[in-house]
Amino acid sequence: MSDKKYKFLSQPRRVVEDRRFVVGKGRYIADYDHADMAHVALLACHLPAATIDDIDTSAALAMPGVIDVVTGAELAAAIGPLMNGLDTPNVRRYPLAVGQVRYAGEWVCAVIAESRAVAEDAAEKIRLQTTALPFVLDSEQALQEDSPPVHPDHQSNVLLDKQFVWGPVDDDFAKADHQLSFSVVWGRNSTVPIETFGVVAEWNVWEQILDIRASVQMPKYADQIARALGLAGNQVRVHYDIDVGGSYGVKRGIKHAVLTGYLARKLHRPVRLIEDRLENMRAGDAHGPERKFDISVAFDQDGTVRSMKMRALDNAGAYAGRAPFQLGKPIGAIVGPYRIGSVAYQAISVTTNKAVQEAVRGFGQAPTNYAIETAIDRVAAYLQMDRLALRQHNLIRADEFPYLIPSGSTYDSGDYHQVIDKVLAAAEYPKLVARCAELRNSGMMAGIGIAACLEPSGGNSSFEPLLNENNQTTTWMESCQINIDALGTVIARIHTTSSGQGHETLVSTVIGEVLEIEPDSIRVTRPNSLESLPGNSPVGSRMAIMLGGAAARAAEKLKHKIITIAAHQLQCDAATLRYQGGTTYAADGRSFSWDDVVELAHRQAHGLPDGMDPGLASFDIMQVPTGGALPKDDKVQMYPCYSFEFHLVLVAFDPVIGKPEIHAYTIGHDCGTVINPAIVSGMTYGGIAHGIGAALLEEFAYDESGQLMTQSFLDYLMPSSHEVPDIQLVKHCTPSPHTVFGQKGSGESGYLGAPAAISSAINHAVSGMDIHFNSLPIRMSVISDAIANANRSDK
Amino acid sequence: MNITLDINGKATTASIEPRLTLLDFLRDVAGLKGTHAGCEHGVCGACTVLLDGDAVRSCLVLAAQAEGSQITTIEAVDGADRQPGELSIIQDAFCETHGLQCGYCTPGMVLAAKTLLQHTAAPSREDVREAISGNICRCTGYVQIVDAIMLAAERLQGRNQPADGA
Amino acid sequence: MKAAPFDYIRPDTLDDACACLASHPDARIIAGGQSLVPMLAMRLARPSLVIDIAHIDGLSAIRDDGDALVIGTMVRQAAALSDPLIATHLPLLAKALTHVGHPPTRSRGTVGGSLVHADPSAEIPLVAVALGACLRMRDSDGDIDFDAADFFIGPMLTLIPPTACLYEIRFPKPNAAYVGTGFHEIATRRSDYALAAAGAHIEADAHGRVQDIRLAIGGVSDFPQRLPIDLPTDLATDLATSKTSLAAAIDTALDTVDFVEDMHASASYRRRVVAELAGRAISDALNEITAGLA
Repeated sequence: MSDKKYKFLSQPRRVVEDRRFVVGKGRYIADYDHADMAHVALLACHLPAATIDDIDTSAALAMPGVIDVVTGAELAAAIGPLMNGLDTPNVRRYPLAVGQVRYAGEWVCAVIAESRAVAEDAAEKIRLQTTALPFVLDSEQALQEDSPPVHPDHQSNVLLDKQFVWGPVDDDFAKADHQLSFSVVWGRNSTVPIETFGVVAEWNVWEQILDIRASVQMPKYADQIARALGLAGNQVRVHYDIDVGGSYGVKRGIKHAVLTGYLARKLHRPVRLIEDRLENMRAGDAHGPERKFDISVAFDQDGTVRSMKMRALDNAGAYAGRAPFQLGKPIGAIVGPYRIGSVAYQAISVTTNKAVQEAVRGFGQAPTNYAIETAIDRVAAYLQMDRLALRQHNLIRADEFPYLIPSGSTYDSGDYHQVIDKVLAAAEYPKLVARCAELRNSGMMAGIGIAACLEPSGGNSSFEPLLNENNQTTTWMESCQINIDALGTVIARIHTTSSGQGHETLVSTVIGEVLEIEPDSIRVTRPNSLESLPGNSPVGSRMAIMLGGAAARAAEKLKHKIITIAAHQLQCDAATLRYQGGTTYAADGRSFSWDDVVELAHRQAHGLPDGMDPGLASFDIMQVPTGGALPKDDKVQMYPCYSFEFHLVLVAFDPVIGKPEIHAYTIGHDCGTVINPAIVSGMTYGGIAHGIGAALLEEFAYDESGQLMTQSFLDYLMPSSHEVPDIQLVKHCTPSPHTVFGQKGSGESGYLGAPAAISSAINHAVSGMDIHFNSLPIRMSVISDAIANANRSDK
Repeated sequence: MNITLDINGKATTASIEPRLTLLDFLRDVAGLKGTHAGCEHGVCGACTVLLDGDAVRSCLVLAAQAEGSQITTIEAVDGADRQPGELSIIQDAFCETHGLQCGYCTPGMVLAAKTLLQHTAAPSREDVREAISGNICRCTGYVQIVDAIMLAAERLQGRNQPADGA
Repeated sequence: MKAAPFDYIRPDTLDDACACLASHPDARIIAGGQSLVPMLAMRLARPSLVIDIAHIDGLSAIRDDGDALVIGTMVRQAAALSDPLIATHLPLLAKALTHVGHPPTRSRGTVGGSLVHADPSAEIPLVAVALGACLRMRDSDGDIDFDAADFFIGPMLTLIPPTACLYEIRFPKPNAAYVGTGFHEIATRRSDYALAAAGAHIEADAHGRVQDIRLAIGGVSDFPQRLPIDLPTDLATDLATSKTSLAAAIDTALDTVDFVEDMHASASYRRRVVAELAGRAISDALNEITAGLA
């Protein structure tokens, strides 16, 4: 554990945001009312690929209450395409389909009316004429040269195909005692928040400002909207004080904001688009990775894993979006927590006629961890070695940190072996093994699942220049401003929306810790984007590090000023003074209070040191630690800090019914110094719930004719309180050397390892039967059928 | 058509289309934003309100069907005896255990908790899970929500209150 | 997801409701709304008129009619779940009701509504089929009776005439010395649509000899159906050795069933699981009889 004792940090404290939520006084986008608001509904086309030959909007326009109907053609003539991170200029995306429909459910027209209901009524009256085109759904097929290109101008379906070789891979394979190969598939799912995406855009023609209020989690949101609409940066004002009802990565909302922004400017009325659940599921651009991994590992008889080859093929859907970069981020932890000496990694992203992927919690790390952990389990099975022992043999040791991995990232700190020991002790591992045996003896299939995974945190998009040479982004900053007002109260400003991460609590706790004042006395506000300093949103598990860092540094600047003023008044050398609880003490017992400093700073310029500005305000714009370098030789430092989690789970199921029940779940979690324990534990349990969904229940499944079968919550099944067990959380702390308090991120905790652990358990349960479940989600029917088939072929 | 609904003890009359759901009436006509739309097809539970004391999904009730019933939303979940700014025992318990994150499912969870604790003074964790099984949360993994409701049950039992107070 | 526009009417009597149906061929009855409202929201149902029967007198009662237990169509599932008459006379229904939806949907959903909606994996239709319920409806010409066994003809498809309104369901009251029941269901999550369900109702005489076995399955095909099985009458006292013959009898009976295959479960899964559940349901029922005899 950390050897520092903090007054507020790491202490059990209530999350200040909770108060307004439990009484139903959150400020979600759908709560925002404007008298003159117009409402948008979308018309979708349900062919997976088709040319748009004609759109007859006349009947819709004639309906009372209908204000306008807009098509993709109109948009394409007026605005620029949405930003694309890769170098694929011929893969153009607009908020509405332009010339061609590229997936079933794609939005073709936007209807704007006096109410949402009337807009939906009118959408039904639009006559769409289309000609079906050949389509492709499978990623391997999309790779073939003869597959129908989703974007004909791009001439193929390949968005990205890059091969990396770090270290002497061929050599290591040649020298190793053994090798094995296998494939696993991470099915298409997503984090699906309960609140859909929503945006209200208002154009103030007199001040030439576009106001955007949205349920959003998107870095550089204002910039992207301005660019697409051809506005100057300071003509877009994004309001960050909208509460976001869950996002977990997906609420990028760029096509929605550009569409409503365009409409607001055209119609001179505020325009509101709240996705209904069908719009969201089919076409919200919020699906997650759909990834096939082909893996080979080279290992020795003693269990040492020497090298790994990984081909990751991802089905991006019909447009590029941000999804392909989700193949790049895992490069920063490509060997997981293991001492693997060399890696070959091929990252392929293809377009198909499916809905568009967006960034999902972990940005590709959860699928990659699933692949790596499956590899480790397979090696253990091959060598008939205990899976724990094999991991302990290969895990990076505490004395090896900081540890440089072949792809160029350095892991900052960790003690994986101790976390595992703690988990085994807390879970009473021998008893767990005994329970597993008991369950098997009673006729159930039962297995213990293990997963050891990293959560890279801090957010640094060095995967952008790594995957696209023309993208030279190396800055990933966050900022905070603090003002101590004339009455001595503290106001902090943060420049982002939040979706439940407790950022107000995080910032007030950090500032309170540095200034040694009660955190609950600090008010945290969210100015809009015009009033804000630069930031990059809560993505990449970065805010504890970056927002916490910027807040701490801004607070340190204030503390320094306070001490300097006191030193001047006390006529002492600042170095001889002691600051405690807001008061500055001289060695001889004299003191200068907080209120005294405030009075001087705000009212008594004559009492300040020469040349010192009045007031007590500070700001900090912080660059991501260890960041700022371009890739070299295909290597780069990805995120700065690495949290670690170890999952141990007991799963059992009846061999006929095949329904996995989680009988025990222990997770060991090390995210360095914890700022607020309840926030971190809540994130971890929530991440595990998402992981249970990905492992067992959730899939955006398409049928052979390209239709999305899971369009509503009737078929897209998410874990309820019955599917998530009580979870035993075991804490450990290896502080990061890169951060003020040693904190690392934990926004993705639990999710990054749970699918691997559950898959591990189910495969362990059937390990005596030569059955492998190689794709997620693992459905009951699949389990039962596999067992029945194996039993039949045994006879 | 004209309807009058009894919402939180107050009568609200409006001229509406028959297709208007109770959820949309509450939010758009009565201006009560604490009840949330998550799916509009009766699965997620974010729209939960009390209808004659029972938890129901307001997206699955036509506003017209609710005429003649007493509707209670999160805004008035514990009656007029609470002071402004004062949390009910259940709400306070949710804050104590941090049984929420984004808050979107929370009003539904609080009402499901209230319904449970009205009938079952000392629920088990399994009872609690069953009571909230119709409310989906994507943030918390439910653990700290179950903690909150168990804590609320404990606190409610410890207080000497008449049966209908909280 | 706003419904297409419709008119709404709240008739006072059943005959008024029938008159509305007769004059509006595409009208829909709304009872609890738990099945209809989602369909309206998704615009899968587009009636011009919705007829709310919730306030019609006499539709919400449960009464003992001598040889039948009569449940009004508007009886809420939650009320049925806690009703002592149902617990006493229709234990299979009481067991099945615990699997229907969630508490918030049970406070609104009705027994009749579930029957008319006819979801292939719904529990109440399965029990109606198992117990040979009589569905009594009325149109402007008078009353019509349907045997539950014939009523369900496809997914969401029943024999209900478009202008008729179901008003009560008559379940035969068992008259045996001993009654045992069992209900089992498997769904992906608890309270999801059943992938397979089985309900068994067994009556035995004072000596424990089985007089009547009623087994029905649901969730596996387009509608719930009786599964006629041949079992020896001394089964109740010889459960251990008859497990194999029970499984064999069930397996034979399942040959006649057309199993559904979808993204949630294969046909082979449904068959395998419903066989298992049918066995468990019958075992439960026989165990209850045995316990009663002891």
